[in-house]
Amino acid sequence: MNTNPLHYLYAAYVATWVIHGTYLYILARKAARIRKEIEKLKSSG
Amino acid sequence: MKRGFTILGIVTALLLSIALYTALAWAPTEQTMGHVQRIFYYHVSSAWTAFLLFSLNFISSIVYLVKRNEKADIFALVSAEVGLVFCTVVLVTGPIWAKPVWGIWWDPADIRLNSTLALWLIYISYLILRRFSTSSRIGVIAAVWGIFGALDVPFVFFSIWFFRTQHPSPVIAKGGSLDPKMWIAVLINWAAFMCLAWLVCWTRYRLEVAQREVHEAEAMQSLMEGAR
Amino acid sequence: MSFLAIARATLAKDVRLEWRSKDAINAMLFFSLLVVVIFSFAFDPTAEESRRIAGGLVWVAFLFAAIVALNQTWARELRNQVLDAYRVSPAPATPLFIAKALGNFLFVGVLEVLMTPLFVMFYKLRPLGLGWELVPVALLGTWALVVNGTFFAAMSLRTRAREIMLPLLLFPLSIPALLGMVNATTAILTGEESPAFWIALLVAYDVVFTTACLLLFETVLEAE
Repeated sequence: MNTNPLHYLYAAYVATWVIHGTYLYILARKAARIRKEIEKLKSSG
Repeated sequence: MKRGFTILGIVTALLLSIALYTALAWAPTEQTMGHVQRIFYYHVSSAWTAFLLFSLNFISSIVYLVKRNEKADIFALVSAEVGLVFCTVVLVTGPIWAKPVWGIWWDPADIRLNSTLALWLIYISYLILRRFSTSSRIGVIAAVWGIFGALDVPFVFFSIWFFRTQHPSPVIAKGGSLDPKMWIAVLINWAAFMCLAWLVCWTRYRLEVAQREVHEAEAMQSLMEGAR
Repeated sequence: MSFLAIARATLAKDVRLEWRSKDAINAMLFFSLLVVVIFSFAFDPTAEESRRIAGGLVWVAFLFAAIVALNQTWARELRNQVLDAYRVSPAPATPLFIAKALGNFLFVGVLEVLMTPLFVMFYKLRPLGLGWELVPVALLGTWALVVNGTFFAAMSLRTRAREIMLPLLLFPLSIPALLGMVNATTAILTGEESPAFWIALLVAYDVVFTTACLLLFETVLEAE
């Protein structure tokens, strides 16, 4: 095997957390946007 | 509520760390595949979690169609999204495991990965439908789609199963039984990911509730401005 | 009017209207011809190989032709507010669905009948198995695509990018049916395996999804 099989092991674990991390980041951005919208509502309402 | 969330967060972090240790160090090394086999612990536990979440989507879709309870609609959306995240993990870790062990990234006769791929596609279209629909009753339409998707699952499974019997596959199905320590490692990883799923679903649920309330308030506001 | 009478009347009207305004038919005929020709340029196999891949090619071509037909299923009803009338009236909308699905079935069937000899010619196809078995496969497979396609076309009426929404919904769900159609066709053409399992799968698929469509059409219509 020309590539060390352990690299695949690390790649799989890292990929898993990258995927979860990306989703959580998307949720965080969404939360920030909602907070901004609430501020806008409070100030103009 | 807030405290429950924090406790769940701590438990999740703890379980995930323990699970990682069991997967990478505590579980015995597999004889033929070596350390690469450890991908299995993340791959399988994510698959079980994804399938559970998709089942919850199916159930909440039915509940919503029957009762038109908005909570069911929100939960259907949440379980589909989070389920899709875990499903993506399965589809990414699968080929990464397959390549060093069986020499190929993807086997068209591999029933599990191909069924998972079909499920992934169905739920992506579910989310696209929800995002692109301009109907005010999108909950109903999405629920109907959720039911169709769930009806499709056994067909996907059986069709690929039969396909495999006709096509030689380089992937040797893992028929042997697992070492009991490996079983424990899988279960611990599954428990950890289930807690993570619960945590993320809870977060996404609250976000969606907030989002809908904001939209309603905005709509109210523009209504009142129009009336002035 | 009774269920059957409504279905028959709607179907007759659709067929008549399509026949009179030959635009849609002609465009789709030409599209089907183009698909066959392009495929013959793109894939130029020997007679032996072509039997193995023709199943897949033919059904992909039929699928694309079907999408073109399915996309305009409800266009006329939308224009004339027919769907609103059904929503308001106590009469069930199910006969409308059946008529639409049958109309699409006839229409796509005609396209298939016209495309098949072209495929046979371009790929020098000669089934090594039982040729007549291709008929039930074609009927079952076409119905599988059409019944779901008609339903999803109704589901995507109020969506942005409606034309792309239909294939987005139809393709993933049809994967088992497509596997069935393609593998059954290949089995019959190569004569190497029996298509029995695939035909049984198509029958089960058709029964389950036709039932689901019939039961849930009203719900979808009211939600639009």
